[in-house]
Amino acid sequence: MTERDDPLWEVFVRSRRGLSHNHVGSLHAADAEMALQNARDVFTRRMEGVSIWVVPSAAITASSPEERDPFFEPAADKPYRHPTFYDIPKEVKQL
Amino acid sequence: MDGAALEREFKALIEADSRIEPRDWMPDEYRKTLVRQISQHAHSEIIGMQPEGNWITRAPSLRRKAILMAKVQDEAGHGLYLYCAAETLGVERAELIDLLNAGKQKYSSIFNYPTLTWADVGAIGWLVDGAAITNQIPLTRCSYGPYARAMVRVCKEESFHQRQGFELLYALSRGTPEQHAMAQDAVDRWWWPSVMMFGPPDGESVHTEQSMAWRIKRFSNDELRQRFVDMTVPQAEMLGLTLPDPQIRWNEDRGHYDFGECDWDELRRVIAGDGPCNRQRLAHHVQAHEEGAWVREAAAAHARKHAATASAAA
Repeated sequence: MTERDDPLWEVFVRSRRGLSHNHVGSLHAADAEMALQNARDVFTRRMEGVSIWVVPSAAITASSPEERDPFFEPAADKPYRHPTFYDIPKEVKQL
Repeated sequence: MDGAALEREFKALIEADSRIEPRDWMPDEYRKTLVRQISQHAHSEIIGMQPEGNWITRAPSLRRKAILMAKVQDEAGHGLYLYCAAETLGVERAELIDLLNAGKQKYSSIFNYPTLTWADVGAIGWLVDGAAITNQIPLTRCSYGPYARAMVRVCKEESFHQRQGFELLYALSRGTPEQHAMAQDAVDRWWWPSVMMFGPPDGESVHTEQSMAWRIKRFSNDELRQRFVDMTVPQAEMLGLTLPDPQIRWNEDRGHYDFGECDWDELRRVIAGDGPCNRQRLAHHVQAHEEGAWVREAAAAHARKHAATASAAA
């Protein structure tokens, strides 16, 4: 993290009750409290949210784009995990 | 993966009209182009607060004052979205602000014109934000994900800016003869600079071809300019105001409005630093940045102190 600017925070907003928090962007702030206040001012000026999470960007561990293929490969050859894999007579209802 | 394979993958993503994300491999020139464009865009939002901020204390009613403050606050927010988008490319906001303050990065030349009357606030909303929206809507489909996402938010918020400007001018235009004249004068001064916001003509635009190949840009400067003129001419008629270009007329064959040639020497002069307000805008930004230093230092000191207390308590 740079010394010249406040740490970076990732901002997640719950737009309304019943929905999960979604990532909306990032911002700089000296501490968590200021990050929350800045996030309110930057991302919810038009009532876009009822709840905000801020997470230090440095605390996020991400999968690397280069390992994308091998990393997600185990899911690619298992079509039997999808309901459409199975042949069921057309006459069978509610299945 | 070797360099050639990475480049193939990048090209394939662009060809498929997919999006490039921050940790993907990208050509150096693609990264540089985006840093230049996004930081210039961010600076424009921040410097763009000044011409309108000039009228907040003198807004003619509480309603207009609240609207104008909300609009200027939006511009600050847009600047922040954009600086964060630029930072995903490996630059730091502090570094970009230093480059702006040193005059080494540019902002839109439109903000180097003065706001002489209250009607200028309306002309900026209607014409300047109208031109900005025309430019920004295609950028919501830009190939670089973080920039495109920032543009989606900006465009959603910007449409109020344009509508409040139109409404302001509509009220003045139908007011007293003095108010009508004030509205006409503002449109006379802001029309050509707004038409020039799309940049030099296609033949002279140095970045357009490569930016279009990379799908950063979707339309050329002249295409966007035509779109803006086509949208604005009927709106001017509704306002009862005249656009200061005698060559504007509907061209049945083209299905577009014809319009006159911009004064490109003026655009070059203003970009080169010799517009009416270049020095004032930059000096004000530098002053605000320096005078705000103690706030940033105090916030950092407060955060350090509380982090130390928290770890001592743990």
